[in-house]
Amino acid sequence: MMNLDAKIPAGALEHKWTDYKGHCKLVNPANKRSLEVIVVGTGLAGASAAASLGELGYKVKAFCFQDSARRAHSIAAQGGINAAKNYQNDGDSVFRLFYDTIKGGDYRAREANVHRLAEVSTNIIDQCVAQGVPFARDYGGLLANRSFGGTQVKRTFYAAGQTGQQLLLGAYSALNRQVALGKVEMFERHEMQDVVMIDGKARGIIARNLVTGELERHFGHAVLLCTGGYGNVFYLSTNAMGSNVTAAWKAHKKGAGFGNPCFTQIHPTCIPVSGDHQSKLTLMSESLRNDGRIWVPKKQNDSRKPNDIPEEERDYYLERRYPAFGNLVPRDVASRAAKERCDAGYGVGTTKQAVYLDFRFNLINKYGRAEANKLGIQNPDEATLVNLGKEVVKEEYGNLFDMYHKITNENPYEVPMRIYPAVHYTMGGLWVDYELMTTIPGLYALGEANFSDHGANRLGASALMQGLADGYFVIPYTIGNYLADEIRTKSIPTDHPSFVEAEKQVADRLAKLHGIKGNRSVESFHKELGKIMWDKCGMARNAEGLKQAIADIKALRASFWSDVFIPGDINEFNPELDKANRVADFLELGELMCVDALNREESCGGHFREEHQTEEGEAKRDDEKYSYVAVWEMNGDCNWTLNKEDLKYEIVKPSQRSYK
Amino acid sequence: MEHQNLNLTLKVWRQKNAQDAGHFETYPVSGISTEMSFLEMMDVLNEKLIAEKKEPIAFDHDCREGICGMCSMHINGRAHGPWKGTTTCQLHMRAFNDGDTITVEPWRASAFPVLKDLVVNRSAFDRIQRAGGYVSINTGNAKDANNIPVAKENADLAFAAAACIGCGACVAACKNASAMLFVSAKVSQYALLPQGQPERTTRALNMVAQMDKEGFGSCTNTGACEAECPKEISVMNIARLNREFMNAGFSSND
Ligand SMILES: Cc1cc2nc3c(=O)[nH]c(=O)nc-3n(C[C@H](O)[C@H](O)[C@H](O)COP(=O)(O)OP(=O)(O)OC[C@H]3O[C@@H](n4cnc5c(N)ncnc54)[C@H](O)[C@@H]3O)c2cc1C
Ligand code: SF4
Ligand code: FES
Repeated sequence: MMNLDAKIPAGALEHKWTDYKGHCKLVNPANKRSLEVIVVGTGLAGASAAASLGELGYKVKAFCFQDSARRAHSIAAQGGINAAKNYQNDGDSVFRLFYDTIKGGDYRAREANVHRLAEVSTNIIDQCVAQGVPFARDYGGLLANRSFGGTQVKRTFYAAGQTGQQLLLGAYSALNRQVALGKVEMFERHEMQDVVMIDGKARGIIARNLVTGELERHFGHAVLLCTGGYGNVFYLSTNAMGSNVTAAWKAHKKGAGFGNPCFTQIHPTCIPVSGDHQSKLTLMSESLRNDGRIWVPKKQNDSRKPNDIPEEERDYYLERRYPAFGNLVPRDVASRAAKERCDAGYGVGTTKQAVYLDFRFNLINKYGRAEANKLGIQNPDEATLVNLGKEVVKEEYGNLFDMYHKITNENPYEVPMRIYPAVHYTMGGLWVDYELMTTIPGLYALGEANFSDHGANRLGASALMQGLADGYFVIPYTIGNYLADEIRTKSIPTDHPSFVEAEKQVADRLAKLHGIKGNRSVESFHKELGKIMWDKCGMARNAEGLKQAIADIKALRASFWSDVFIPGDINEFNPELDKANRVADFLELGELMCVDALNREESCGGHFREEHQTEEGEAKRDDEKYSYVAVWEMNGDCNWTLNKEDLKYEIVKPSQRSYK
Repeated sequence: MEHQNLNLTLKVWRQKNAQDAGHFETYPVSGISTEMSFLEMMDVLNEKLIAEKKEPIAFDHDCREGICGMCSMHINGRAHGPWKGTTTCQLHMRAFNDGDTITVEPWRASAFPVLKDLVVNRSAFDRIQRAGGYVSINTGNAKDANNIPVAKENADLAFAAAACIGCGACVAACKNASAMLFVSAKVSQYALLPQGQPERTTRALNMVAQMDKEGFGSCTNTGACEAECPKEISVMNIARLNREFMNAGFSSND
């Protein structure tokens, strides 16, 4: 059995974090200099952690598999980052952000963690602005905000549709400063292959230099995994091509519990699949739902062009079903509603697996009219309004509209976008306690790689917030509490038998993979796995499908290990080998996700079990039986046992989520 | 949504490693849908090579959304190919016609040595950023974000400069292999914001010094960089960098 003590500080919810900070152990500056920390990943979580720990004086080594730390997947985040600043004076507060996040997560997240997240959210914005992050501003020179789903306030800070880019470049600049000062050593094009354990503690990693293929040993008094999410297990997702689960998975195999693996976020507004050649899916940010209205024709199989369908023949189904939140319902709700319409025969486009996201109404009525008023244009005609509105929309989301145009060859300023849900984010991940430590002492998980703050469904613009909260404001305190007891541990030479053995295991596995010399490409296995996952463990799941999926994945895994073909050599730049190594881990993770989904006999957030729904087709939770974090422990080869962390709600009373 | 299938001939640069001299190889590809992205077309070719037990073509890519700056192909003599303001990964096969021959090369610049096939080493860019591309502020020091208003115009210009994805197309497009557009974008972002003022002088000097040290060429104002930049970073930034550099030179003499 695992010890799942979440180490939540005692006391009132709103004082826990302050009390923790006031009482946790500290490491004095002289001792920090001899404590080494390994940070795997340079996305928002990793870059902010590495920079902040470097500033504190620790000796840091940071790793990423891309050719530069700046290219971590966080760079692609579009719409924005939440913070309870209440700059708009619209009733926001730390409590409200906390409450929205707990409710949005369908009551499957820890109250104490989420409250801390809401508390530090305001510091993040201050920090980023001080770094020179160019957020959008109003004419008065102050910061602008937009709305995201699942909330009724405007608390999202943004930089056009490139918020992740700007935040990551801010964290990257802080990281660079520490590299220049010699506090952080940076290893690009390096992929972590395993955690090294000595006397039950994480003490380093084995990394592979992706240019030369060489294996390297790196010691650390503590190891931080900031390696992102595992949405690519579905093959098609909005994640970058290289995003993978390998680091987290290796930690899991070494004993770290994996929390709620089946909690996957399917994002409602993505560009639909166009054919078999498709290598990834492209998100159209949720922020577009501020200004776009979602609809399908009222008639089934209506093949008229969207602009030829008159207003009264359009079904704005989100506004119809959820009048209180309308187009801004949370993602899980919006995605299921789109699927429901398409399954019922109302889908649009050639594949009929799409709905419209239409900007015309707001182009004219929201932006066009405001601009016309400003310019003093009397009785403007529709064309004038559209043109005026376009300019504003361009400033807000220009890059997204351009991207849509390039991919689909359709101009979204003129015709509605066609969109469909796609895999986007994984709420599940390595189980961590309040201090972000996994079940392995000295091994931490930050950002999307951990399971912690979003329950069964993440609200938009909250991943960037969590990544930066973990890296800038949480880990600098909590790691001290552990390292304070390590000041007498001298750095362990990497010829220690545990390093030698770990490296040998990695080398053996690579040699085994490379030696299969079968007949199928890595890509073909990945695609096949993705299809199983999407069909049976995607937007809707049922017991029978999940059981089938488990059997199918086992068979596919066996076939992979006997028939995959990897060209090239081990000791050279070999992207196919890198990919094979990642897909091998996805082939195990996929099974665990199905096992977890099968175990959870309820629907909550993004996890929708068809057997458990209300009469209106909404998710039906079972708090009596499933108000827990499912933490899986691997015993030997893909054999898992379940451990539970019970969730206790002291402040928020779980109820059926309603966005009506 | 209507698409067409193309048959194409690809001439691709193959180079085993940094030491190898490298050469072009020619590959026919068929049945390429105009809806595919350029990289998806490369995926098709690679799958075919793998099926023939040959080595696929190595190329850098990750986000495939035009934002990470990883993809980097010189296509028919143009950095990122024929579409304006577009990265290789966002270039779609609609840009080509049936029967076309397409030449694909890596970025060519001595500061970006080839690692394999179409993959180059751009770590020089990271080192330039480390020379001064930051505001020296530690975590936790910041005051309320709305304490200092920033004129929207400056904020917008700073954002436009900060949109640089660090892909290196500007260098590849420039006959001198100059990195001025890249450097000027970062220097401008900070020069336009109040937060960047304290280190304004040293930043410009140090980043330019590092750029020179890395072996990038000098800028002769041909504007090729702006024309090929996928994020349409303006050469106005280069003018601003030159001003910053001049001012910095004067003030550091006293
Ligand atoms: C298209 C898109 C748009 C999004 N938009 C938003 C948004 O508007 N707002 C929001 O809040 N969230 C958004 N998200 C979600 C958010 O971007 C991510 O959840 C978040 O950026 C993850 O950050 P991270 O630091 O945890 O990991 P990542 O940014 O994924 O970084 C992972 C890092 O780990 C490294 N790595 C991984 N494995 C290894 C290994 N084995 N060895 C070495 N290094 C490794 C990688 O190189 C990388 O540096 C979006 C996501 C997508 C896909
Ligand atoms: S300036 Fe343009 S071309 Fe040069 S690195 Fe930046 S985005 Fe690429
Ligand atoms: S792959 Fe990221 S910009 Fe092209």
